[in-house]
Amino acid sequence: MSKAAESTVSKKSLRDNPLIWPLAGLALVIAFNLVTGPEFFSVSVRDGHLYGNLVDIFSQGARVMLLALGMTLVIATGGVDLSVGAVMAIGGALAATFVTQMGYGLYVALPITLIIVGTLGFFNGAMVVFGKIQPIIATLILMVAGRGVALLITDSDVVKIQDPAFLYLGKGYILGIPFSLWLVAVIFLVMAVSIRKTALGLLIEAVGDNEHASRFSGIEAGRLKLIVYAVCGALAGLAGVLDAASVSAADPMRVGELKELDAIFAVVIGGTALTGGRFLLFGSILGAILLQALTLTLYNAGVSAAVAPVPKAIVIVGVCLLQSERFRKQITNITKFGGKAS
Amino acid sequence: MKVSLRANPLYATIGVLASLFAVASFSYEGFFSLRVVANLFTDSSFLGVTALGMTVVILSKGIDLSVGSVIGFTTILVAYLVQDAGVPVPVAWGIALVIGVIFGAGMGALIVFYDLPSFLVTLGGLFFAKGMGFVISSSSIGIQNGFYDAVLDFQLQVGPGAYLGAGALAFIVFFVFCVCLLKWSRFGRYVYAVGGNEDSARLMGLPVDQVKIGVYAFNGFCSALAGILTTLYMGSGNPLTGVGMELDAIAAVVIGGTLLTGGIGGATGTLLGVLTFAVIQTILNFDGRFKPAFLRIAIAALLLGFILTQRALARGKE
Repeated sequence: MSKAAESTVSKKSLRDNPLIWPLAGLALVIAFNLVTGPEFFSVSVRDGHLYGNLVDIFSQGARVMLLALGMTLVIATGGVDLSVGAVMAIGGALAATFVTQMGYGLYVALPITLIIVGTLGFFNGAMVVFGKIQPIIATLILMVAGRGVALLITDSDVVKIQDPAFLYLGKGYILGIPFSLWLVAVIFLVMAVSIRKTALGLLIEAVGDNEHASRFSGIEAGRLKLIVYAVCGALAGLAGVLDAASVSAADPMRVGELKELDAIFAVVIGGTALTGGRFLLFGSILGAILLQALTLTLYNAGVSAAVAPVPKAIVIVGVCLLQSERFRKQITNITKFGGKAS
Repeated sequence: MKVSLRANPLYATIGVLASLFAVASFSYEGFFSLRVVANLFTDSSFLGVTALGMTVVILSKGIDLSVGSVIGFTTILVAYLVQDAGVPVPVAWGIALVIGVIFGAGMGALIVFYDLPSFLVTLGGLFFAKGMGFVISSSSIGIQNGFYDAVLDFQLQVGPGAYLGAGALAFIVFFVFCVCLLKWSRFGRYVYAVGGNEDSARLMGLPVDQVKIGVYAFNGFCSALAGILTTLYMGSGNPLTGVGMELDAIAAVVIGGTLLTGGIGGATGTLLGVLTFAVIQTILNFDGRFKPAFLRIAIAALLLGFILTQRALARGKE
């Protein structure tokens, strides 16, 4: 499972293309909305900005996309990062405190914030690499401590944000499209180019596939993992900043709650194997869009936000089942009843 | 060698617990009393029961992230059944326990039959139970019930001014049960075998699949029981209860010396871990200077310390 396999994917049967699952899911959601309420798709232009559910899916999904991009790399190395939700809270709290209480400009506050949250991610990586702790547990520590740290930063308060430059991150538009979406697009392109046009992607997949073998072939698996966890931390912090900007406040208690699950699910739905190795950045973006479209559809159908996790859980377990070898065999056996099923 | 590895983390836990308690006793007036000790059990009864269930899961080399949500779901389910539907309390408790077992067994079956990672399936379980709690009721339901009052009135005096409530007694009884289960039952020995080396256990002819499903079913039972104890403790049900409790439970298990790699550890350590948790919380209550946020940071620091110690010990064995 590496670049070679991926480039020949289009020639193989459609079912083997990992992108087929998120696309099929999206098609289902779209079909459901077409039947129940076509006004879901109406996009209007107000004050030169695009408005409508479709725009909301993308602009609100931007945070999950950022998380999912970082998480994709971590999962590709055979790890997982449970701390992204807590790091989001820290990122939002830090940036808001720097700007509102310390009076720094955003151009100072944002880089400092990203460096700090990147360092936190680096510590996650250090525990995995040097401490040889399982990733679930290593990142669990920051998940537990992170919210406490965020509460300490803001002194347990919700920090209100008035700085116009800060708010622009979450509410600004360029050419009628939300700024946060441009930001995600740029980050995605930079990551995609640096990963697919250099050997980086190959190295990450090698580490995820077989760390032992990759080390024997001269790949510095440890350093690669440290970088990946640091990137994941930085992206999570940035997502926290965007979140704070979009609601004009940094709430250390609520921001990023259960977001680690959304991120993992976006990655898994997007066709990245949880066991490490093969990964698809674009799949994760699609996964995030699907998750957000599903959430919004549920809101429109009158399902309350609190109940929304139930269908989410069903979709996610369903996708996992579809990716499971044995479940597929069972299905093929049922559909090819009496035939020579493999 | 193996014996020392098994015992060492336990000594470390005892040391941390004793020194925390000693320092607190010298620092705060009235800390060194039977009343405080009895309250440690009362305040940690529901966390304790969850942590005992989590111990069994971790011993089998699994993990269950759904416990907090299942606790929240159980509290609101019981409150709804007792208060709004007028179901007798024992029946409501029975229904909650059965649902907990079925839910756990279902997750276990998905993990075993389809070879899915346990943390992912139980994350799905977390979402599911959390949402289902809100399906029943999105706001808190208070319980006014004669049976509940009678249970709450029951207190066992263990010393001057020191009482053990029904919740604390249930925790202690359940702890003894878990010790016996892990030590002397066939299921307990199988759990250690599966956690130690699943392949060997399978080759030995142990029913590995059944044991693993049983482990998650048992933990579902524990979560439901913890939810019931929570309704006793709070006198109400709320779907928001138990958020993040899975982390507290895992932390207590690890601090109690059970290895995350499975197969080594036990219920006694978890009891000590839970008490350590409770002592830190009590210290924060006694000392007004600390913010509540410190609890999480202190727990995380302890967790990190213990995990690194475990790693060092495990490496010494290699």
